[in-house]
Amino acid sequence: MSTLVFLEHHEGELQKDSLGVLGKADQLGDDVAALIAGSGVEGLAAQAGRFGAAKVYLADDPALEAPLPQPRVDVAADLVRRHGFDTVLFGATVLTADVAAGLAARLDAGLNWDLVDLTEEDGKLVGKRPALDDTVYVDVGWKGEPRLALIRTGTFEPVETGGEAEVEQVDVALEDFSTQAKMIEQAHEESEGPSIEDADVIVAGGRGLGGPENFALVEELAKALGGAVAATRAVVDAGWYPYSTQVGQTGKTVAPRLYIAVGISGAIQHKVGMQGSNVIVAINKDPNAPIFEYADLGVVGDLHQIVPKLTELVRQRRAA
Amino acid sequence: MKIAVCAKVVPEQARRIDSETKRLDRSGEQALNPFDANAVEEALRLKGDDADAEVVLVSLGPERSLDALRKALAMGADRVVLVSDEAAAGSDLVASSYTLARALEREQPELVLFGQQANDSDGAVMWAAVADRLRRPLISQVAELTVSDGKLRGKRQTEFGYDVIEAPLPAVVAVSDAINEPRYPSLKGIMGAKKKPQETVSLADLGVEADRAGEPGSRTEVYAIGEPPPRGETQRIDDDGSGAEKIVEFLLERKAL
Amino acid sequence: MTKPSEYPPPFDVSEAIAPPTDPEDERIEVGVAIVGAGPAGLACAIRLGQLLEAAPTVAERLGEVPLAVVEKGKQPGSHLLSGAVVNPRALQRLFAGRKRLDDMPFYGPVEEESVYFLTSNRAVRIPTPPTMRNHGNRVASLAQLGRWLAEQAEEVGATILPETAATKLLVDHGRVRGIRTGDKGRGRNGEELPNFEPGADVVARITVLAEGTQGHLTGAAIDRFGLEGENPQVWALGVKEVWRVARPLRRVIHTMGWPLRAGAKYREFGGSFIYPMGEDMLTLGMVVGLDYRDVELSVHDLLQELKTHRLVRRLLEGGERIAWGAKTIPEGGFLSLPKRLHAPGILLAGDGPGFVNVPALKGIHYAIETGTLAAEAAFAALQRGEAVGRPGALASYDAAVRQSFVWRDLEQVRNMRQAFGRGFWLGGALAGAMTASRGKFPPGDARTEPDADQELIRTDRARSYPAPDGKLTFDKLSSVFLSGNKTRDDAPSHIRVQTKVPPELAELWTRMCPAQVYEPTEGGVDVTASNCVQCGAITAKGGRLTPAEGGSGPEYTLT
Repeated sequence: MSTLVFLEHHEGELQKDSLGVLGKADQLGDDVAALIAGSGVEGLAAQAGRFGAAKVYLADDPALEAPLPQPRVDVAADLVRRHGFDTVLFGATVLTADVAAGLAARLDAGLNWDLVDLTEEDGKLVGKRPALDDTVYVDVGWKGEPRLALIRTGTFEPVETGGEAEVEQVDVALEDFSTQAKMIEQAHEESEGPSIEDADVIVAGGRGLGGPENFALVEELAKALGGAVAATRAVVDAGWYPYSTQVGQTGKTVAPRLYIAVGISGAIQHKVGMQGSNVIVAINKDPNAPIFEYADLGVVGDLHQIVPKLTELVRQRRAA
Repeated sequence: MKIAVCAKVVPEQARRIDSETKRLDRSGEQALNPFDANAVEEALRLKGDDADAEVVLVSLGPERSLDALRKALAMGADRVVLVSDEAAAGSDLVASSYTLARALEREQPELVLFGQQANDSDGAVMWAAVADRLRRPLISQVAELTVSDGKLRGKRQTEFGYDVIEAPLPAVVAVSDAINEPRYPSLKGIMGAKKKPQETVSLADLGVEADRAGEPGSRTEVYAIGEPPPRGETQRIDDDGSGAEKIVEFLLERKAL
Repeated sequence: MTKPSEYPPPFDVSEAIAPPTDPEDERIEVGVAIVGAGPAGLACAIRLGQLLEAAPTVAERLGEVPLAVVEKGKQPGSHLLSGAVVNPRALQRLFAGRKRLDDMPFYGPVEEESVYFLTSNRAVRIPTPPTMRNHGNRVASLAQLGRWLAEQAEEVGATILPETAATKLLVDHGRVRGIRTGDKGRGRNGEELPNFEPGADVVARITVLAEGTQGHLTGAAIDRFGLEGENPQVWALGVKEVWRVARPLRRVIHTMGWPLRAGAKYREFGGSFIYPMGEDMLTLGMVVGLDYRDVELSVHDLLQELKTHRLVRRLLEGGERIAWGAKTIPEGGFLSLPKRLHAPGILLAGDGPGFVNVPALKGIHYAIETGTLAAEAAFAALQRGEAVGRPGALASYDAAVRQSFVWRDLEQVRNMRQAFGRGFWLGGALAGAMTASRGKFPPGDARTEPDADQELIRTDRARSYPAPDGKLTFDKLSSVFLSGNKTRDDAPSHIRVQTKVPPELAELWTRMCPAQVYEPTEGGVDVTASNCVQCGAITAKGGRLTPAEGGSGPEYTLT
């Protein structure tokens, strides 16, 4: 297997998911190459080496400064054609999804997305992806090469192996149409924290909170965890929190790494909106609440006691 | 201005995968992919009252998709072009994007719009593949769009907030579901929909070679379908004052902290 | 204790009547407007389509859209629910020379049937009462039948308009001019949201109301034109499920007795049905008259309880629940029919006026037959070219219904339901006497009391409801989910009830509603209208269901 991993970066740091995918590629065997595209990104190559890359291709060019997908397709396609990689992996983000799909079209190469696992079986590469609101798992594969894959956020943890990568600068030659889209204003870190669709961690509040003023408990915990606040239909109906935060059948579907449900009974209308979450923790004083049937950890108790304490403990850990 | 909206017709009800063909069970009632309704709405807003502007729906699917696509006509779109061909069944991203691109080239629109994702396979990627084949600039995840003087300006939603991106027409834009609230078709619209042109074309009409469509044209495959790994037993604790500590322990164990 | 009728809903039937208000050139003109894409409405559309095909000059006079069927559900079938075992005679007559029984979406003829009297742990087979014999009848899913009928209607030129609620009857100068459709895109407090789309006046030469149980405009028309019959209408609530099963069921089963209570004071009239649907599915349901008195009664929970009976559990072993739904059935029968079925410009057909044979559990073929007769009367009036709005122009419909098997059948069994108000045993005896005498004994006509007039009692009934286990028994919320209900959370509530009510009334509604719309609160009741599957039970028991935004509510496919 000769694999190329596309590494995304933001504000001078290689993105965690990309590094996780890099580690996985390394584990799957053979030397792994990484692609870092941007402007003034040489400093990132060393980190790639420490996290599993044997070789780093650096596409460093002012034309690549803005995080736009199409120029990156040009760079990646060139590299694949030149070096014959049979596999190209991406940690899924808004940007990489567009790069991967554009690359698939450019090379007429198979792309499987939203993968939560990658294995080699009988010499074939097999991806596993959830489908239909995470109710089934599908084993998917590729016909021909290269094989492109988008890995779901949070699937693989980065592993620092402490290696050193050979770095090669690549010439950047871009198609005319690729540079027609121009960045006028680039986004900055939202001061309010992530939106619930993008959040890694979500703390959600339900009727068990007792009243809108108690959403402060949820907000504090979310802030401590660096996550977003969500709400159930019942509390949104009652006007305690805005509809944009509603998770469930008639709200948003989310699948964060961690979902903490505070005072939520967990009827199916809510469950279908968050059942894909990696880890579910539920805090509710009703031991018969349906949520306890599918949470990973269920704590039966008074949320007014538990949540503030939890927030404090999380803050302490983070400060350490 | 001619605006093409790439739309998909998806099964209405709770979806299942047919265990024999390993493809999505597309029987049962069909409907316009709800996310594509945002794209249709945006196209209609851009068209406004301009009699010279045209909104045409381009879709890939079986003949009976026409019923569901009529909703877009009822909302106000002008025409539907459905690429319907048995040989296209089972097309993956590579094959579908190729076919769609050929259909779009036939139309030569100034602007191609996509919706946020497809309700069925949840893949949010088609537009990038099509933009590459059409060799046109792409702006995706657009939550706000303006067009003036042959240029587009889009507010693009990313994990880090909003980028503002400009591109010249002709271009490809994928809109997010935050961009608008699709209109309800009026009764007059519903009744007039049937009379609007609905064209069905085959792969041959588009010049799509048989080996570039359907399974021969696809580069991915499905091996098996199964149950998700069980979540595992719910660990249950009754809080005795140490509930918060136990949660932290658990989170560390699961590497969720 | 209270009676639900002491807390009437904040609703006046005159709200549902108005003259056309849209400017003339914005009104939608159709030839005949049919409200409801159920068996009655679609049969009417099909028959009219057939007649118009053969009479192009009449069709021409009806304009660009000769036939329009307005349906509030997402599509025809979405709001249709029944058992059902269908007597095919009306369908055979409607499709004579065009379609055979085998072309229709049935699950096969009824081969064997059994009726059981249940106790909590026994099932006693009893001879099938003559009124319930089903030889020659077919098992069907009404939702599927509805979709099929809609296709047939479109083939003969009907325009079906789904996701369109008919909220007002357009009445002008003493005649019905058409209907007004409902607004879309209003917020919780009635405010116009950014995608607000106002309803429209649909004007038609003739309007046929085929709204089904609790017909909104039907009630308004009966009131406005003085069509009330001698007796108020009464209803039953049916809750049913469809299951995929490991072993095919090869007979049609009806049960009586447990879990209902026989004592007269409970007024629990009803029973259950279990019908095979092909090789790998069956449907089962519980039907209970809404004149019941116990605040703790919950038809949904009775169905769950029924499934724990040995007889039923065995049938469901190894199976999986795949559908659920609920709907009311008009049970007043002959004595509760409106005294006239037409008024200037309007005809009433199907369950709306109440053409249901309760002892035989049949209504679908009456809906189809009355829809067909309505089409024929409408066509005759249009063909004569006279002013169809003239009083009496549509009187031939009433005459035809009175001469049809529909009338004969219902008259014969007219007192049977009312007899059961006296309790199961006495009622059963009376029913037997009625059948044997073909309706001549006992003489006279019983009286019906409105369901909401029943004084409430409280027993300990809820104690024995099984806790949902998610495999055999299920809670209401997951059932609502299974019905496909995705009603917009911020839609204005379409349910009219007083909310400051005594606790026993709040509890009555909470348990009665199969969709968990009501919840007792301090000083009254809380209403979550977005759960509503539009069954209509609330209208029988002190509230009023009005049409929700078009396209909302359940999306039944197998019920």
